Amino acid sequence: MYRYIPATEDDRKEMLDVIGINSVEELFDDIPEDLKQSQPLNIGAPMSEIELKKRIEELGNKNLSDLICFRGAGAYDHYIPAAVNHLISRSEFYTAYTPYQPEISQGTLQCIFEYQTMIANLTGMFASNASMYDGATSAAEGAMVAATVTKRKEIVVSRSVNPETRKVLETYCKFRDIKVVEVELDEGVTSVKGLKDKISDKTAGVIVQSPNFFGIIEDLDEIRENITDKKTKYIVYTDLVAMGMLKTPGESGADIVVGDAQSFSSGLAYGGPYLGFMAITKELIRKMPGRIVGESVDQDGKRSYVLTLQAREQHIRRYKATSNICSNHALNALAATICMSLLGKVGLEKMAEQCYKKSNYTLSKILETGRYKLKFNRPFFKEFVIEGEESPEVINEKLLKDGILGGYPLEKEYPELKNTSLVCTTEKRSKSEIDSFAKRMGEI
Amino acid sequence: MEKLLYSKNHEWIKKEGNIALIGITDHAQKSLGEIVYVELPEVDDEFEVEEAFGVIESVKAASDSYMPVSGKIIEINEALEDSPTLLNEDPYGTWIIKIELSDEGELESLLDLAAYNELCEEDN
Repeated sequence: MYRYIPATEDDRKEMLDVIGINSVEELFDDIPEDLKQSQPLNIGAPMSEIELKKRIEELGNKNLSDLICFRGAGAYDHYIPAAVNHLISRSEFYTAYTPYQPEISQGTLQCIFEYQTMIANLTGMFASNASMYDGATSAAEGAMVAATVTKRKEIVVSRSVNPETRKVLETYCKFRDIKVVEVELDEGVTSVKGLKDKISDKTAGVIVQSPNFFGIIEDLDEIRENITDKKTKYIVYTDLVAMGMLKTPGESGADIVVGDAQSFSSGLAYGGPYLGFMAITKELIRKMPGRIVGESVDQDGKRSYVLTLQAREQHIRRYKATSNICSNHALNALAATICMSLLGKVGLEKMAEQCYKKSNYTLSKILETGRYKLKFNRPFFKEFVIEGEESPEVINEKLLKDGILGGYPLEKEYPELKNTSLVCTTEKRSKSEIDSFAKRMGEI
Repeated sequence: MEKLLYSKNHEWIKKEGNIALIGITDHAQKSLGEIVYVELPEVDDEFEVEEAFGVIESVKAASDSYMPVSGKIIEINEALEDSPTLLNEDPYGTWIIKIELSDEGELESLLDLAAYNELCEEDN
């Protein structure tokens, strides 16, 4: 165990003597007693390396990582090209921390620049930042931008936005005294009437998701038309895979586009780390959180990359910044960059088309069993909601015995949607996998 | 420049009837260095004395611009959106905002050229 805790009692005493205190606890005097851990952490006794390796493997083996996955709900089982993990495992990338003298790390900056370019193109926006933590925090940061720019204290969000995203948004807003107003659903999409009722001259921004949490493609143009106050910012949460097929949010007049790019080679990984992205209009670029890499030339006129627009960053004017975010999941962003480069334009179109066709095929096979019906009859991308007689939890338990991860039960987040399940089919699913999944669903 | 009044925050103000032009001083533009962006308020925004009405970003810093007196914005200098360096090139010929004064009495607490120069001396 000394390999991990190199300081001996004598070493500690010597260090304490040098700084003139009697115990390690004294270092934490500034922290109020009620916030301190009163009990030692319950992590068991020390172990040798052999024991520890065995224990961790036991825990690791509890993971069911090769299930045939028909679940999405914000985390998607897309294919990760072999080159991705090979490249991001290079130690120059894998072990690097954010460069404190960024211009010396031209390779890192170029990767970020390429990432930004692709994100801006895919979303149809003017510029993207170097990425953020995940979709939920990107959406919340987008709301903060809207609140800062408009100096308003209300955010309107559709209930068709991922429930977890809305919870994170609530948390962010609570500490900025911003009120979050939810818009009800109309057959699985944002209610336009509800939207009109909820928007006022207090609205800083409107957040909608498309394809929404139920997989349905929202009418972004119609929503835009109903945001009549020209100060109110239009924030669209999207799925980049769908950009291989759908009109970009930029074309529908979005001011801020956010989302999670986990679909681009971040794996499922038990919920994280994922990859938030944010793209924005020219008008708002100086309010965008995070870092931005720009292209320039060096003293010899050669192309080079720099951190640009730094004056808007929080380390220069902390109390005035839109956000105090200055970090991101750079390795995930790199994985996404490699993934997008490998896919290319045509590859992404094909990936989107496969998701779309295979999920429609899955639906048709499930309907054929006669045991389920489609909950919302609207166009969807790679997810759809089905309703049956049986509770989804019971169905999923049975599917699990066959190595299948079934759909996401919606009732917990949407009490009005009893016995409904959100089913996802990505390009990874084969015809035989889909057929046997539907067959099993019919037998339950 | 004799007609101008100055604030401790390095803004100048020029009164024309009950309207006034506001800009930043030569000392301010020198301290900032090359100006790359000016964030302007909107017409009809109202500000109190000392309230920040905008942000000036230079290659090395971003600093707020403060109202020398209270008032309502009636015009903004849109030329600054594309040519922010006008503030470096001609600080006294380039106004940033035009305001309607709320209280002319507030002008009395501002500095004249001599007092302002003295303030800059101390700064240096």
